[in-house]
Amino acid sequence: MTEMSAKTRKTIQTQAENLSKKVEHFTKAEIECLIQHFNSLLADQVSRGKAAHGLDRGRFRGILQNVFGLTNAMMMDGVFRCFDKDGDGTVTVEEWIRGHAVFLRGTLDERMKYCFQVYDLNDDKYISKEEIFHMLKQSFIKQPTEEDPDEGLKEVVEITMKTMDHDHDSLLSFEDFKKSVQAENLLLEAFGTCLPDPMHIKKFEQLVFQEQHEQ
Amino acid sequence: MGLTLTRAAQWTTSSSGTAKLESTPLNESLLKEILEFVEKIGSKSPQEAEHVFEEPLQWNTTLVASHFKKGYNTRGSTVKSNEKDSEGNPLLQLSPPSLYVRNFSQLSKLLHVAKDRKLQEVQACLEENRDPMVNILGWNFISKLDRTRSPPEVPIDASEKDVKVKLFILLQDIDKKILNKLVAEISEQVQLDPTIVTKEVELFKQCCTEGEERLLKSLRYTSDFEFSNGCRAPLWRQALGEICYLVIEPCDGEILNITCSSAGVFLNAGFQQEGDESHYERKSDFYEDLASLLKNRSPHFAENINKQVVDGEERGRAQKSEKQQENIVHQWERLQRALYGRKKCDTCQRWRNLGVLTVCGPAEEEKARKSSVEKKRPGARSRMKAELSASYSPGHLSSQRTKTSAGAVVEEQFSESSSETEEEEEQPERRSETNPDLPSEYWQIQKLVKYLKAADQTVTVLVLCAMMELDLTKETCQLAIQDLGGLEVLLNLLDTNDIRCKIGSLKILTKISQNGFLRQTIVHMRGLQRMVNNLDSPVKELQALAAETIANVAKDRRARRTVRHHGGIRKLVKLLDCIHDSANLRANMEKDLEVARCGASALWSCSKSSKNKEAIRKAGGIPLLGRLLRSPQENMLIPVVGTLQECASQESYRVAIQTEGMIEDLVKNLRRDNDELQMLCASAIFKCAEDKRTRDLVRSNKGLQPLVSLLAKADNKQLLAAATGAIWKCSFSMKNVAIFQESKALQTLIGLLTDQPEDVLVNVVGALGQFAQKPANKTAICNGGGIKALINLLNGTNQALLVNVTKAVGACATEKDNVAIIDQLDGVRLVWSLLKNPSTEVQSSAAWALCPCIENAKDAREMVLFLIGGLELIVHLLKSTNNEVRTSICAVVAKLAKDKEILGVLTDRGVVSLLAELINTTDNRLRCYLAEAIGHCCMWRNNRASFGEYGAVGPLVRYLESKDTSVLMSTAMALYQLSKEPSNIITMHEEGVVQQLIHLTGSDDSKLQEFAAGCLRNIRLLSLANQRAACSNENP
Repeated sequence: MTEMSAKTRKTIQTQAENLSKKVEHFTKAEIECLIQHFNSLLADQVSRGKAAHGLDRGRFRGILQNVFGLTNAMMMDGVFRCFDKDGDGTVTVEEWIRGHAVFLRGTLDERMKYCFQVYDLNDDKYISKEEIFHMLKQSFIKQPTEEDPDEGLKEVVEITMKTMDHDHDSLLSFEDFKKSVQAENLLLEAFGTCLPDPMHIKKFEQLVFQEQHEQ
Repeated sequence: MGLTLTRAAQWTTSSSGTAKLESTPLNESLLKEILEFVEKIGSKSPQEAEHVFEEPLQWNTTLVASHFKKGYNTRGSTVKSNEKDSEGNPLLQLSPPSLYVRNFSQLSKLLHVAKDRKLQEVQACLEENRDPMVNILGWNFISKLDRTRSPPEVPIDASEKDVKVKLFILLQDIDKKILNKLVAEISEQVQLDPTIVTKEVELFKQCCTEGEERLLKSLRYTSDFEFSNGCRAPLWRQALGEICYLVIEPCDGEILNITCSSAGVFLNAGFQQEGDESHYERKSDFYEDLASLLKNRSPHFAENINKQVVDGEERGRAQKSEKQQENIVHQWERLQRALYGRKKCDTCQRWRNLGVLTVCGPAEEEKARKSSVEKKRPGARSRMKAELSASYSPGHLSSQRTKTSAGAVVEEQFSESSSETEEEEEQPERRSETNPDLPSEYWQIQKLVKYLKAADQTVTVLVLCAMMELDLTKETCQLAIQDLGGLEVLLNLLDTNDIRCKIGSLKILTKISQNGFLRQTIVHMRGLQRMVNNLDSPVKELQALAAETIANVAKDRRARRTVRHHGGIRKLVKLLDCIHDSANLRANMEKDLEVARCGASALWSCSKSSKNKEAIRKAGGIPLLGRLLRSPQENMLIPVVGTLQECASQESYRVAIQTEGMIEDLVKNLRRDNDELQMLCASAIFKCAEDKRTRDLVRSNKGLQPLVSLLAKADNKQLLAAATGAIWKCSFSMKNVAIFQESKALQTLIGLLTDQPEDVLVNVVGALGQFAQKPANKTAICNGGGIKALINLLNGTNQALLVNVTKAVGACATEKDNVAIIDQLDGVRLVWSLLKNPSTEVQSSAAWALCPCIENAKDAREMVLFLIGGLELIVHLLKSTNNEVRTSICAVVAKLAKDKEILGVLTDRGVVSLLAELINTTDNRLRCYLAEAIGHCCMWRNNRASFGEYGAVGPLVRYLESKDTSVLMSTAMALYQLSKEPSNIITMHEEGVVQQLIHLTGSDDSKLQEFAAGCLRNIRLLSLANQRAACSNENP
């Protein structure tokens, strides 16, 4: 076991060396930790009989739910889409670490880009009213007295659109989104939680980066 | 008057047949109106008043012949007026008990005669003349005019006709006026809302359909005309609480004629003919509403209404869509609620009442109140119970509201008023929807609040963001959020785990908590607890927002206490601890500083109560505040210095500010160009500079000069008050005064003696009092016109100011030339009269000021004896229980007693016994001045012996045990004076005075030596004389 780990350790170190040049926000040591963590996650998946070079969608969603406390299925798919840059259905080590750079340490700009990408369901660089409506569909509790249960939600979408759509084309471009978020930070995750909250980040960082100290 | 009397007045029919007017408030106000009309008619329309009635008004009066004096011809018990009509009949005739009156001018004269019985007279007159109009104008005239509205065809001469018509119009007018007034009065206590009736009618109209299962065949109003208040009944019937009349044709049975009145719904006699009033008669019991009447009268209706309401949905009616059906059920429920339950609070009405009122000032408030009363009138609901109507009267409500809007509401009052409105302002929702007064924001907020309740966290944040887009600084928005239940939702969000929701909620709360009214509600809803709970969240933004909101909310005493009770102070102090050394945290520095700033703001708000000051100290807040005091940012410094200066009222803080080197920072910040910060720093120095070391520190840190330059900002009164206060306290050190003078502070201060608010004046005068300790300044103050302004201020009532003014005047009076000026300006008299001030501080301070005035007066005797009662006042004050007053008065007595004539007067007033009564004091200062006073009072006749008789000598000897040299000095002087009386020497000797006097002769002070030696000499002389006498007795 120790031999194995010595061997893997070396690969990890070289991997980290490479990645630290490509990814911001993390030190080399931290990247090493992340790789180790990723490998252990991958190992679980492998042991279940699938050899893979990355995390599949189901596994990834499991992690999002258990580790980062995300619950909305649509959002989790969006997050996966963002992580999985090449769109091959798996998240590789590099994608994992790139994703986490935003997830854990992203600047406001990076997080805005990321969130916009999550919300742009059809990837056409615009968020439409329909997309918003789709994303928020589960968010409204139907009121028994309401004649049309979607009425309220439609209204909320209208109001939101009015405040965020600065160029009045009934579509949210990234510029619109950016402008709105800069004016009111709360609008960053306007259409669904797709970033972990500070508590989860702290817990995750403790879990992953403290392994380093222990070793 | 005709209509008023028949329709509005509440008559009782007694068995004897003559109707009586009940003594109800309604009738009383009616009588008063008529009375006022009759009294004024003579002056307003003299011609009409002279018109002779067709028939005299006749009634049994309680007045007797003796009441009638001038202008009447009295014979026995009968009285006739001197004025007669064209046929020579007297216009007034009394043949007891009957009284005949034939025109209005006689009527008004009669009422004048009747004085306080005039109301009874009017009542008797009206009771016995049921149709005064007929009496006054004649039956013919009335019937013609009233029916056809055309001039009468009766052949009467034109001018008389003219007068008659005019009189008729006059009477009609007053009739209408009184009716309107009564209607208004009645509407105020009316309970059944015409809108509710309208709703019910509307509802049943929908039931008048075709087919087997319809509820009713038809339903209509008798009148299509609707008054502005929503009633359809004629005005005079409205006065009786009737709202409208209905004709309903049920499916089974006869047509029902129904009256809807405030007292309930009942069957009337039926509507046959216009003008026939019999149909108003009640033919059935009262029912609480239309439905219950119909249920009772029509079995078909009773059977079906329940089915319709309950089973409506299942039965799937042919005529109606299901939706309509649902609508009916819904409306029905609403109606029931409106009629009986009165559960739901109509926030809209309340919002308007409160909202409008709190927005505007007191002047507009009256206007708003009126308009709200007017608005309420349409909702005429009669409340028959008098006590209820009293509590509902708009005046009552508004007085409560005035209190609330003044921002001084106790929670009980608030909740009371809200429950009251809940109970009473119930109105159908539709009314409010159509109300044009409500701004669009109101409806926007209503929608948003509704969505907030139905949304998950994501949409909640969106809705919160939408809410932030509104102008939340507008009071209408703030109150709307509260009244529509938004406040509750916002506060509830603080209990959730979602950080973004909490942040959003707090962002709104910080803004709307600017409103005092909402703050009350937030405290009431346990909002502060929830905010305090969020103070130790790991999310910095959340901490900062929570603290900032607390800073707003904790402006009231109760709120501050709540923060403390929930451990908020400790948590807030923890927020101040933001300066860390570790470099990797520098990125977060900005956020940390923001948190600390908000924490300091919250502490500033909280620090206004003394228990919180203590709590801040215990939580270790002082050093943290001291550290933040070095911050370069002004927005940080303001709350920090604010907290410090607020807390500096406590000794522990003053010590800490001095010892932890905060004075240096305070002085540094005095130089910043920020009025508020400068004001706070000056205020902190003001509070701390009582301590000498602090004053020295201010000087050594070069803080005096900036203080003087602050005086230039004379427009900012708060700043001026703080700066002058600091100068005052700092000038207790003479070294500081010298530096102040270098910056020409004296002249500036003298300039500030006029046209300033009192809190500035107190400080300015206090400072001048200190400056005047230097002889050169005394003249400067007097010559610079300062003394005149000072003396003017002696006429004030502010006690703190008076204390300082008398001190300053006293200080000036130590210069001989100044006293003449002061006396010339009547200053001495004014100071003297301040001895009558109830404050002991003013008394003593005035007395101290008098001492130099007396001493330096050119002719003290003339000056003092000129003040009548002045000496009496002085002697009287020796009975004061306050030591400082006694001491100062003793000092005055000592000065006064130097003049023989004055001493004589004082002695006559019993000064000796009063001084002697004070002798057992242990207060060293009092002892000193008392002994001096005694010493000087010995000069008059046998006062020396009197002091002995009152037992003053023995205790006085014991004063010599004191270590205080000034006590010793004055005691020795007094003893020397007293020792000129042999009987006193015996007492002194018994007390063992010799030993102590011998000791005193060894003193350094030559005066003291002299007095001691002189006293010894007197003792010695007596004993020698005794010996000699003894010798001569032995050897005659």
